[in-house]
Amino acid sequence: MIAPDETTATVDAAEVRRFAALGAEWWDEGGSMRMLHRLNPVRIAYIRDQAAARFGRDAKRLDSLAGLRILDIGCGGGILSEPLARLGATVVGADPSDENIAIARKHAQDAGVAVDYRATTAEALADAGERFDLVLAMEVVEHVADRDLFVHRAAAMVKPGGLMIAATINRTLKSFGLAIVAAEYLLGWLPRGTHRWDKFVSPHEFEQAMEAGGLRATGGTGVIYDIVTGEWRLSDDMDVNYMMTAERPAE
Amino acid sequence: MTHQRLDLLIAGGGLPGLALAIALRQALGETFAVAVADPAFARQGVNDPRASAIAAAARHLLNSIGVWDALDAGAQPILDMTVTDSRLNDVLRPVYLSFAGEVAPGEPFAHMVENAPLIEALVAKARENGVPLLPHGVADFSQQSARIDARLADGSAYSARLLVAADGARSRLREQTGIAKVAWTYRQSAIVTTVAHERDHGGRAQEHFFPAGPFAILPLKRNRASIVWTEETREAERIVALPDTEFMTEFERRFGLELGDITLAGPRRVFPLGFMMARSFIAERLALVGDAAHVIHPIAGQGLNIGLRDVAALAEAIVDAARLGLDIGGTTVLDRYQRWRRFDTAAMGVTTDGLNRLFSNTSGTLKLARDFGLGVVDRLPALKALFIREAAGLTGDLPKLLKGEAL
Repeated sequence: MIAPDETTATVDAAEVRRFAALGAEWWDEGGSMRMLHRLNPVRIAYIRDQAAARFGRDAKRLDSLAGLRILDIGCGGGILSEPLARLGATVVGADPSDENIAIARKHAQDAGVAVDYRATTAEALADAGERFDLVLAMEVVEHVADRDLFVHRAAAMVKPGGLMIAATINRTLKSFGLAIVAAEYLLGWLPRGTHRWDKFVSPHEFEQAMEAGGLRATGGTGVIYDIVTGEWRLSDDMDVNYMMTAERPAE
Repeated sequence: MTHQRLDLLIAGGGLPGLALAIALRQALGETFAVAVADPAFARQGVNDPRASAIAAAARHLLNSIGVWDALDAGAQPILDMTVTDSRLNDVLRPVYLSFAGEVAPGEPFAHMVENAPLIEALVAKARENGVPLLPHGVADFSQQSARIDARLADGSAYSARLLVAADGARSRLREQTGIAKVAWTYRQSAIVTTVAHERDHGGRAQEHFFPAGPFAILPLKRNRASIVWTEETREAERIVALPDTEFMTEFERRFGLELGDITLAGPRRVFPLGFMMARSFIAERLALVGDAAHVIHPIAGQGLNIGLRDVAALAEAIVDAARLGLDIGGTTVLDRYQRWRRFDTAAMGVTTDGLNRLFSNTSGTLKLARDFGLGVVDRLPALKALFIREAAGLTGDLPKLLKGEAL
């Protein structure tokens, strides 16, 4: 089923259903989400290192994110929220799908990790006045109904001195070839219909949306798949997958 | 039953198990809960007459975990190495191959270290680092979705994210998990003992390839040598049971007279030789390291060194994952470990097996062929340098600990 408020401005109900249908496959590292699991170490390392630099932490410590309040928007089954909580952060994982939240809660309980999972939306949290040191929108912007509104509401939850980090896919000819034709149809890395090219976002558009929300972009990086090693890694090439960081200046 | 929670439980307190525990504790700090279980911790002292060749890469690892300093004074560097291909009654044993033993100035490709002080130094470092050493073996275990539960022989119960089987060639954990293996025996056994000799060995290691198998003389400190003497199994058992004087007569026929008068300086034991490689080094929430994963022919003295390569690779995979908050017993970590280690181990297994088959026989044709081969290698400095780096364990995609870098 779908979260109570289907009329929410930024949630696309069809997209929510598509991910909820993945159900128990979220945590199967060899299943349909295997590419997300392979991408996970790279994006966690990026988030951890950005946060460590911003908040003066030692990235080698097992509690490198201790005391930081983090929001993971579109947390799905929790494969990003849970590791961040293990590093000591207080994590709110938000997802509009009740099924996803149920899976995420069950997994965190089995693993003995405390994460505050909520079946809700970014707008609802923003309306409730929630504030975070770090707001994450990882692989989610390309799935929302109104991108600019979504980014604006998410940005509003970043505390002064805090960060927003987002990951998405660029809207280029190359991304059409790689992220849709190759990944979904030729290689079967992702379920067909996972992405729509017209929903992809260029780094420039993203930056503008974040700045409209009062943030200042501090940097970005491409993420590419190395066909030889079978691993994802950071790259200067932002034509397909990329991540961006923005800060809200301290008051 | 209440289970005590751990991040990692290691079954087996030999070299690989202890080295892994120490490396992880030092890299990840006290909040990382690692314990080692082995009934041997209940006994005083270490009963192992063997000595091991610690290759340069393995020494880097022992150095980075702070254990080498305690061993350095008692470790004999191998300064050069000769190989002969002889029949027992040959008066002259022509040297077909000789190596100067340094991979870099001041860096011998290997040191000889006696096993007893090596294990004692590791136990002392583990205690100093606060690693609990549990004096019981792992009796059984069961994989849960997010953890693995283990019960020790005294009934105490632990729940860990990952269980490491470092419990030796006849690993009970490997058998219980049902991981298949490829294995054969060589119908050869190694007689292992220590002798004292009159003259200085000058740090030279010698390997004589007799038709029955290799006879290795490995230099130890204080004019002693560790002997690894391979014979057909029944002959080895006969020889080792001989009274001391008769044993020494057999021994001297092989050892030669170069080093003067010889006396026995340790007990003698027989170890049957075989090859074993697990079909997989991993199972759900379980990893095999050291002899539990692979046993190779001791012809090149590499068994212990490939065990430490396992340790270095697994330690790095676990540390990287733990610092990202990822599940250290998950598929990502285990797959990375397996990819890193299994090909390398198979290659080393095939090489040592081939060497043994090439040398342990009486065929005149093969003797001609191998002597020609050794002669060629002896005249090609670049190839020799490569062999030395290979023997020192410094080739391939090295984990950080083997390069002497911190995790």
